[in-house]
Amino acid sequence: MKKTAFLGALTVAGLTAGAASAATLDDVKARGNLICGVSTGLVGFATPDANGVWEGFDVDMCRAVAAAIFGDPMAVEFVPLTTQTRFTALSAGEIDLLSRNTTWTFSRDVDLKNDFVGVNYYDGQGFLVPKALGVSSAKDLDGATVCIQTGTTTELNLADFFRINNISYEPVPIETNAEGQQQYLAGACDTYTTDASGLAATRASFENPGDHILLPEIISKEPLGPLVRHGDNDWADVVRWTLNALITAEELGVTSANVEELAAAAGDNPEVNRLLGTEGELGAMLSLEPDWAKNAIMAGGNYGELFEKNIGENTPIGLARGLNAQWTEGGLLYSPPFR
Amino acid sequence: MSDTHAQTVSYVRETMLPETDPPVKERGAVKWIRENLFATWMDAILTVISLYIIYYVVSHVGPWFANGIWNAGSLSECREIRNATIGTDASAACFAVLSDRWQQLVFGFYPQEHYWRPVAALLVFLAGLAPVLFDGIPRKMLFVTAAAPFLMFMLLWGGPIWGPIVVGLGFVLGYLAFRALTPVSKLLSNLAALIVPLVFWMFLTGPIAGALSSIAPIGLEFVPSKDFGGFTLSIVIGVAGIILSLPLGILLALGRQSNLFIINKCSVAFIEVIRGVPLIVWLFTASLLLNYFLPPGTNFDLMLRVIIMVTLFSAAYIAEVIRGGLAALPKGQFEGADSLGLDYWQSMRLIVLPQALKISIPGIVNTFIGLFKDTTLVVFIGLFDPIGLSNAIRASTDWNGIYWELFVFIGLMFFIFCFSMGRYSLYLEKKLQREHR
Repeated sequence: MKKTAFLGALTVAGLTAGAASAATLDDVKARGNLICGVSTGLVGFATPDANGVWEGFDVDMCRAVAAAIFGDPMAVEFVPLTTQTRFTALSAGEIDLLSRNTTWTFSRDVDLKNDFVGVNYYDGQGFLVPKALGVSSAKDLDGATVCIQTGTTTELNLADFFRINNISYEPVPIETNAEGQQQYLAGACDTYTTDASGLAATRASFENPGDHILLPEIISKEPLGPLVRHGDNDWADVVRWTLNALITAEELGVTSANVEELAAAAGDNPEVNRLLGTEGELGAMLSLEPDWAKNAIMAGGNYGELFEKNIGENTPIGLARGLNAQWTEGGLLYSPPFR
Repeated sequence: MSDTHAQTVSYVRETMLPETDPPVKERGAVKWIRENLFATWMDAILTVISLYIIYYVVSHVGPWFANGIWNAGSLSECREIRNATIGTDASAACFAVLSDRWQQLVFGFYPQEHYWRPVAALLVFLAGLAPVLFDGIPRKMLFVTAAAPFLMFMLLWGGPIWGPIVVGLGFVLGYLAFRALTPVSKLLSNLAALIVPLVFWMFLTGPIAGALSSIAPIGLEFVPSKDFGGFTLSIVIGVAGIILSLPLGILLALGRQSNLFIINKCSVAFIEVIRGVPLIVWLFTASLLLNYFLPPGTNFDLMLRVIIMVTLFSAAYIAEVIRGGLAALPKGQFEGADSLGLDYWQSMRLIVLPQALKISIPGIVNTFIGLFKDTTLVVFIGLFDPIGLSNAIRASTDWNGIYWELFVFIGLMFFIFCFSMGRYSLYLEKKLQREHR
């Protein structure tokens, strides 16, 4: 039985070999759903709930793209990927879009042949220390034991930071975030370092979060964003402008609550009109419906709403907007105009 | 009685003394304790140290278990309940995560209204297994065994029922061809038994099953492999690997002993290559490398790839275990079989393999237990086995920070499965004990 399935799969593979093409958008439309690579579990960014429905900040990005294409935020198949399998899954065509807290770096963009379409979260590496340690700056950590995930960019950043400041440290290698939490709580290391968003989530899960502080130094740039394969610019445009639509919507005050009303008829603001398809032909240029952006915004809300819902200050994770505020409010979010 | 000593001995007892209990030191619990725990000074010291260690562990872990909180919606709620009922510094397990998510740990993302299907598949599996494991059961039950794989497939994945039926028909056709050609030529019948089903599966299965499904679309709702998770996934991979790897392993072991040059060298190469590389590498090969060889857009089921890799891996180990059994047989058994005029397959089937397999039972079961536990490695290729799900559960804001409770549950479940496999192996060894000792 297994053998037949195998042979069957090979036959199917042979038949479809000619049909598969570079036009990801057409493939997605023909298939009827978007296949989106996500994390196997990261607090606030991607996690299945008790019913197996995926939720989180990265997941909502996938849902927005699906809504832009199909008008249905649930038309997504999620493929959980580990740090080792994520890029191969994308380049082998197993997924259409990778939305998995992946840092945009030169080699990942150029050498691994990916297209990062934008940044949906500006992160950076920080340090978590117990208050009792009496440290107020990462530069005071001379000789400290540091819990660090092996094989990640955080490990390299850490080495760089300590070398630049001419201080020493002793690494305690850990494999997963959960293990890091346990080691840190058990006192196996003086400080735990990873992305600041992860540290905030970790701290929030502690029995007494007040006994621990995040040090002010952020020692690396970690722009996280969705990415697609090299070589299909039309598809990259769809994902890029869906992300930009969510950011622009927040800037223009379009929310999931008022988008229906604003999209009903052309209003006073021409950019809102162009965004929501009541004016101009932007949807058609992407080979999408005119109301694509409206659907993307209705899926979960604009960027700000997604942020507040999944990782914002009212959630247990409690991240402040910081760098992820709109450029008008001192942040880095700056979408090119819809014109 | 003589009176010889009547003058020399002043008193002679004429009745038996009533039996009395042995002294306190020589009976009951006290004797046992003296003999087993405090026989010498060394023993006494070791006993005291051991008792202290046991006390230490129980006094730390015991309250954690006993205070366990089973009813809460999140870790913070657990802590509030504990603070309210036991006290802020008490250690208490938050087993509420199990009450909340046990279904996910057991069934993964399998649709809730279909939970009965994996359970039914497990029952079918046990029913099919029973006649193989215990000979007290009527032989007619072996038909259930033959049908079990197809039934289990229908129950687990669903879809139109015609696919598995038509595939099963291939086996029947192969058998019929074998029977029809046996009088003509042995070689021909063997070839037909191999080729007829293959041709049938490659060219006819799809169209026939498709046609039948369009005529009579009966069957259960289809559940894709990606919805499998938790122990359902572990058991499906483990059981499929175990069932498929045993025959393959036997063939490989025989191939390695064979005098035919190509068969021998192929078997040796296969076994050494598969065994020489870690399982995790094969899993990565299955999940990553294969994609580059397959055309883009093909969706070759990841779970199927994993099952194939796990099967090949454990087949190589089984082959070596059985080769040990074959090597342990005295040469006279092979020669005796030859002298009876049996051909190769008859001598293997009737004389050599029954003895070799009996010798290899502990090794085979050991490999199976290892295989079953190794299924947790699929977490590294992004499948949601119990360990993978424990990470996913921890990633929800409700349960972030929970750790041991999930591992205790997963460990307990695995222990139950592996322990029962080990017990069965002991039972089988006892039952097949033929040596005179």
